[in-house]
Amino acid sequence: MKKNVFATSWGIVAVGAIIGILAPLLQKLGNPGNMGICVACFERDIAGAVGLHRAGVVQFMRPEIIGFVIGSLIAAYLFKEFKPRGGSAPFVRFILGVFAMIGALVFLGCPWRALLRLSGGDLNAVVGLLGLAFGIYIGTLFLKNGYNLGRSQPTYASAGWLMPLTMAGFLALLFVFPQISGEAKSGVLFYSQKGPGAMHAPLLISLGAGLAIGFLAQRSRFCTMGALRDLLLFRQMHLFNGILALVVTCFLANLAFGQFHPGMAGQPVAHTLSLWNFAGMALAGLAFALAGGCPGRQLFLAGEGDGDAAVFVMGMITGAAFAHNFGLASSPKGVGPHGIAAVFIGTAVCLFIGFTMRNRG
Amino acid sequence: MNDTVDARGLSCPQPVLMTLGKIKTVKSGTLDILADTETAKENIIRASESKGWEVAEVSEEDNSFKIRIKKG
Repeated sequence: MKKNVFATSWGIVAVGAIIGILAPLLQKLGNPGNMGICVACFERDIAGAVGLHRAGVVQFMRPEIIGFVIGSLIAAYLFKEFKPRGGSAPFVRFILGVFAMIGALVFLGCPWRALLRLSGGDLNAVVGLLGLAFGIYIGTLFLKNGYNLGRSQPTYASAGWLMPLTMAGFLALLFVFPQISGEAKSGVLFYSQKGPGAMHAPLLISLGAGLAIGFLAQRSRFCTMGALRDLLLFRQMHLFNGILALVVTCFLANLAFGQFHPGMAGQPVAHTLSLWNFAGMALAGLAFALAGGCPGRQLFLAGEGDGDAAVFVMGMITGAAFAHNFGLASSPKGVGPHGIAAVFIGTAVCLFIGFTMRNRG
Repeated sequence: MNDTVDARGLSCPQPVLMTLGKIKTVKSGTLDILADTETAKENIIRASESKGWEVAEVSEEDNSFKIRIKKG
């Protein structure tokens, strides 16, 4: 059998390092602060671009997310790993995606962004990462006690194409309705005029970086949640080495680009409420652990034909819409009006899922 | 007949959890683990080898993998 060099110990380190260079580069070229890549924030921006929410400062059809899925699809087909499958408790995964996003938006970042924020000197990310680890730890307790959403089944190739086609459709929208300077809307797409949604690297660079990362992450099985989970569950460092490489490289790149600003106050797109940074990421971590992958991994799985991962992704996009419509998302000013209630509800739902979906023996 | 672990269609980290669980129970001998993705196959191999088991054979059939591991 052909050897997959990206899935080796050095391979995943190399992939982490490449992501650790591309992310700060995307920031240098226009993406928001400490947000060269943020799967949660960018899926939220896509939700805004298509009008699922109307928070004017976070509306943009992020090409990075599109690239992640299509890059993964390309890798999967090239190396004969495209496996269309689905049917493992899809609605449960949808709900997990909703609350993963809600938790992430309370912290203002997914695990990818937490690592980038750390590499940019944002010490609030330390709290967030501790919360993430705690949530994943709770997830491992369920996993060790028989939590299982059941088997997926092979399905039609065209079923596996539907998420990549959806992303291709979003890309087509970007070209058919390009941003017009000074206009909040272009055809059907919303475009932020200010705020993080208005900050983006050039379209083709974002897309290219997304495609590259999608390809490399599919080959290397890169997963920020799995990195912590495997350390906690199996004392295995393989995935963790990948995120370590990401953080070290990103830190060095940030230093080189003048993007490293250590501290807690005044960090870009961040707040300093440690309890809710911890709790939001704990909820997100638990949801990712129960769903079997970090938000990036879910996009890469969707690209290789996993319909259950595709459902989780749609759950996250829907969760973002609820988050901004219901005032659940945080801002640099602090938590949203109903963010705290949402963390309690989301945690209760995830615990309910973890406790009730176990087969003993 | 070797003991078989059927990890096909299961989400990460179930395939590794099932493999390690079986390894802990049998302690030595030959085990056949069934998986349906390259990722699961790689993870199972890595986990087995970390516990001192040797991968005797990896075969592909019907779009799934059979990983035969041995110890003792």
